[in-house]
Amino acid sequence: MGGYRHTTYNRALEISTDICIGCSHCMKVCPTEALRVFGGKAGIHADWCIDCGECYRVCPTRAIGVMDDDFKEIFNYRHRVLLVPSVFFAQFDRTVPRQKIFDIIGELGFTEVCTVEQSVDTLVDEINSYIEDADKPVISSFCPAIVRLIQVRFPSLVDNIMKLLPPIEITAQFYKKRYEREGMDCSEFGIFYLTPCIGKIAAVKSPVGGYKSPITGVINMDFFFNKVYLAYRQKIEITKSIIVNDQLSSKGVLYPTTGGESINISGRSLAVDGMKNSIDFLEALENEEIKNLDFLEIRACDESCAGGILSHRNRFLTAESLREFASKVPKEHNLILDYKKYCSAVVHMDRIEPRSMVKYDRDIEVALKKMESARRLRELFPGIDCGACGAPSCEALAEDVVKGQADINSCIFLRTVYEKRGEISLDEAVKIMESIWGKDRFSKNSD
Amino acid sequence: MKFQYSVEGGDFTMAGHASSQVKKSLKQLGIDSSIIKRVVVALYEAEVNIVAHAYRGVIDVDIESAGIKLKLTDEGPGIPDIEKAMTKGFSTASAAVREMGFGAGMGLPNIRDNSDRFTIDTVVNKGTVLSIEIDFK
Ligand SMILES: Nc1ncnc2c1ncn2[C@@H]1O[C@H](COP(=O)(O)OP(=O)(O)O)[C@@H](O)[C@H]1O
Ligand code: SF4
Ligand code: SF4
Ligand SMILES: [Mg+2]
Repeated sequence: MGGYRHTTYNRALEISTDICIGCSHCMKVCPTEALRVFGGKAGIHADWCIDCGECYRVCPTRAIGVMDDDFKEIFNYRHRVLLVPSVFFAQFDRTVPRQKIFDIIGELGFTEVCTVEQSVDTLVDEINSYIEDADKPVISSFCPAIVRLIQVRFPSLVDNIMKLLPPIEITAQFYKKRYEREGMDCSEFGIFYLTPCIGKIAAVKSPVGGYKSPITGVINMDFFFNKVYLAYRQKIEITKSIIVNDQLSSKGVLYPTTGGESINISGRSLAVDGMKNSIDFLEALENEEIKNLDFLEIRACDESCAGGILSHRNRFLTAESLREFASKVPKEHNLILDYKKYCSAVVHMDRIEPRSMVKYDRDIEVALKKMESARRLRELFPGIDCGACGAPSCEALAEDVVKGQADINSCIFLRTVYEKRGEISLDEAVKIMESIWGKDRFSKNSD
Repeated sequence: MKFQYSVEGGDFTMAGHASSQVKKSLKQLGIDSSIIKRVVVALYEAEVNIVAHAYRGVIDVDIESAGIKLKLTDEGPGIPDIEKAMTKGFSTASAAVREMGFGAGMGLPNIRDNSDRFTIDTVVNKGTVLSIEIDFK
């Protein structure tokens, strides 16, 4: 069980055992059932985690920490670049001038700022030629949480994932190449990305598709918003200058909103957002129930990145701000040709490997036996998914028991039956509950 | 490991239930996804055929380490001319069924193409038994 506590696959989030109160809220919402409560604390099964951040959203004590980089790290570089996604601007209401935001970013330490979605115009052209001879439907590679969901839960669809990089990586490559052309050594510049979610952190730190990101570090958007907004409210004096590359087309601004990607793609395309909707849709797609679809835009968050876990503002207001902003910018921008010139060579990535959830055993004979036992166990359990056993569902407990990772008596219903029959003592029953939920829970009321 | 599912004629909203469940088990066993795909397609088409063409039926699933065996037994009109029914594009589906997106006449040919062993036993006015086997290796 100890292994549960550490995330080894990618380190996009971590549960602080000091702060975690073992309330199991996170366990109930995890789309891959990667969480369990044991010893009074929640733990993550790292291989199953897809970095969607659903657990972070519901944690009442902020015990789930984001593994972003320390802001001070930017000062290891002479030239400090921040790639800012358009959702960041949409965190502010319209009274805050854009130039002011850039000035503050400069004052906080960055020397150059670039908008993330300026690569979108070029990417859209690449996608339209890519889908011409790709297997349909082409599934967007935009949302890292969805890419990982497919790897783990829908391995048969991995080959449908578009082998083109998302906008953030193309933009990062663009600037890296530019600095290299200007003769800068790679130790002199640091490219940082302001992220609206933990999925993007995982994507930068442990990318898929045989790719290595040129992004030096990832800054938490929620944290950074507070920093910028505080400086704005305190009207800090601006003493430094910053290079601003704020080129964006309306296409780019809308890209991270729901439908902002699919609308640009020729043929029949659909846009799906939200974790549950995404799972339902992928399920149907995997069953071949959906025919003649050319392109699928699909994002883990409700309202796409406007609903990212590090976006503090109401998702509908954020999306509204993005639309409003898009209506004010031109259809094109002056870097499009440059992007065309430098990006075709870098937009492609390799095939994404499936990351199948081995539930029982790699040996099929053994797996079949365990699966059969789990099925019999499930018939003994009440089927109400109460979670009192520390597992998210009766089905998950049955799996854990046959794998030797949980005790059958963890089920309070079954245990009550044994207690009634006199086969288990009250002491034993209490011990089991303590092992799952921690000793404190069973002493504090009687003190 | 054995499972059984029942299927009601005309219940299109439930068509696909058995194939989803079987798919879930095969994924948990770590079966290769290209094989799972074949199982899902074959079973889904056979399931839909009971819904679209028969009155009711039972699906028996047997998963073993070497492969999966599917047996679909229905009460229904039976298939008078199997050879014809196996022809790509042949369908007796009603206009109403076609309107729901079924009845392209590709079901039986698809089942044949996706299975390693496939037999049809049918008695007109009584029913049809489909046996489908797909190997894991
Ligand atoms: N279970 C069944 N009972 C009776 N008739 C069937 C059954 N399955 C298939 N058929 C017949 O075979 C034909 C071809 O089946 P299929 O290839 O699945 O095409 P479709 O279902 O699209 O019509 C059907 O139109 C129907 O006449
Ligand atoms: S990030 Fe998502 S997949 Fe990972 S533990 Fe949290 S809810 Fe589960
Ligand atoms: S929808 Fe956007 S914010 Fe949400 S996980 Fe995906 S990329 Fe991140
Ligand atoms: Mg059919």
